[in-house]
Amino acid sequence: MNKLKSARTGGILVLMAIIAVLPLFLDNAFQFEIAILIFFNAIVCIGLNLLVGYGGQISLGHGAFVGLGAYGSAILTMQQEWDPLLSMVVAAAFTGGLCFIIARPILKLKGHYLAMATLGMGIIISIVINTEDQLTGGPDGMYVDGLSFMTDQIQWYWLIGGLLVFSVWASLNLIHSPIGRALRAVHGSEVAAEVVGVDTTQYKVLIFVVSGVFASVVGSLGVYYSNFVTPDIAGFFHSIELVVMVVFGGMASTFGAVIGAAILTILPQVLTFLHDFEHLVFGLILMLTMIFLPKGLVPTIADFFKKGDK
Amino acid sequence: MSLLKVENLSIEFGGVKAIDDLTFTIEPGTIHSIIGPNGAGKTTLFNLITGVYTPTSGTVLYDDEGVTGFKPFELAARGMSRTFQNLQIFFNMTAIENVMVGAHLHLNRGFFSSFFGLPTIKEGDRHCRETCLELLDFVGLRDYADTDTDSMPYGALKRLEIARALASKPKILLLDEPAAGLNPAESREIDEVIKKVAERGITVVLVEHDMKMVMEISDHILVLDYGRKLTEGTAQEVRNNPDVIAAYLGG
Repeated sequence: MNKLKSARTGGILVLMAIIAVLPLFLDNAFQFEIAILIFFNAIVCIGLNLLVGYGGQISLGHGAFVGLGAYGSAILTMQQEWDPLLSMVVAAAFTGGLCFIIARPILKLKGHYLAMATLGMGIIISIVINTEDQLTGGPDGMYVDGLSFMTDQIQWYWLIGGLLVFSVWASLNLIHSPIGRALRAVHGSEVAAEVVGVDTTQYKVLIFVVSGVFASVVGSLGVYYSNFVTPDIAGFFHSIELVVMVVFGGMASTFGAVIGAAILTILPQVLTFLHDFEHLVFGLILMLTMIFLPKGLVPTIADFFKKGDK
Repeated sequence: MSLLKVENLSIEFGGVKAIDDLTFTIEPGTIHSIIGPNGAGKTTLFNLITGVYTPTSGTVLYDDEGVTGFKPFELAARGMSRTFQNLQIFFNMTAIENVMVGAHLHLNRGFFSSFFGLPTIKEGDRHCRETCLELLDFVGLRDYADTDTDSMPYGALKRLEIARALASKPKILLLDEPAAGLNPAESREIDEVIKKVAERGITVVLVEHDMKMVMEISDHILVLDYGRKLTEGTAQEVRNNPDVIAAYLGG
């Protein structure tokens, strides 16, 4: 137990140290941009990992929730002239509410059927964003004012980096609480969880809402950071990208979600020199990882060290 | 006053009556066994009582409350828990975590206090871990506390299920073939555990094929055949009943 706890706090300290030291090695705006993008993706992945990795429920429509946060904020600040932070909260509440309403019917499904339902839900939201062009600007996207008090890129770096540390901490808190154990129990055996008193439906709905809110908040902040939003953010490919980050980093591992997000955000940038072959090599790396490290990066490495102990 | 009362209970699966107009009662503080040939409907009956299945007709009364159609977690909150014939372990967790899930109903489950890791949650978990360690000790698994369940032997997992069910502080515990697949030594250990559970004042309902165990520890035996009650009574009465012998041996 103590060892476990130290691994938890140790992990957070290492993460904080990396975030603190990283700016010394970043020497242009583009590199900062990538770092901030990693933070954003990592936060969404931490939320998604609670649903997919711990709760055992797949979602192929999480990009749509990022999109709802982004467009919610964009529309409320630009068309209603609301305060950006209030807009972010309202967008998150709306996304959470929507998740709550659709969770019950959707999470009754299992396996491929759940994947199909979440996929369909994501596509519907994406279509609505694309076609409601009076509200959303359609495929052209829309311009959004930033946060007035955030004037510098480095400020964003610290803000989102701090939010990432908070997300990791909160996610670990949640997992190591009765709620987190109930959630993992739902993944392990639903019927066994029920007979010891876990209302499995309630926990599935709860974690769907939580992961939706994580995604929505990132969508809002992302739009304030980049001052621009296009429908791609809610699209199918973004949803898949997020799931791949979680699976690649390691399901049911909070740090795995962070590392998965980091590697899969950096990799396409590194591979640009391959031009047309970029996607080919990217796919190949994913395939090989899944064949040789089926549990994902972080759990496989953790297992390796555990065996070394004995 | 009986603890559990089953009246005219039936369930059909596509025309097949798995349980057919079954009526019986279970008295508190007893070990009550349900036996019968394969396919007699024992596990189906368990699933009906614990709310995993909803009966086609009939009622289940628990503690004088009609609980027909209740969900398993609602019954757990009223003090009913069970184990499974085919293991239902949370293989993604350690042994102690499995048992701690069993204590779910007795812990603070507030979302925000969990999210922010408030001391009440940590304190509750520390306390819960201690009581769950005692339960692991009770079933003889203390040494396995922090072992990943996917590397534990089968016999140990059978006992782990009992510890997990006990963590929910049940009044009635339904054990579905706890000794199935165990060797004689492991079987005896389970035997001891069941007796100790009953000594704690927990009503035990047992489905088991190990007749030696059943005859030795049961206060009352219900015999099922083709979903119907063949007979019931004490071990002595059931053993000498010609219908029971016919059902098991044919004739």
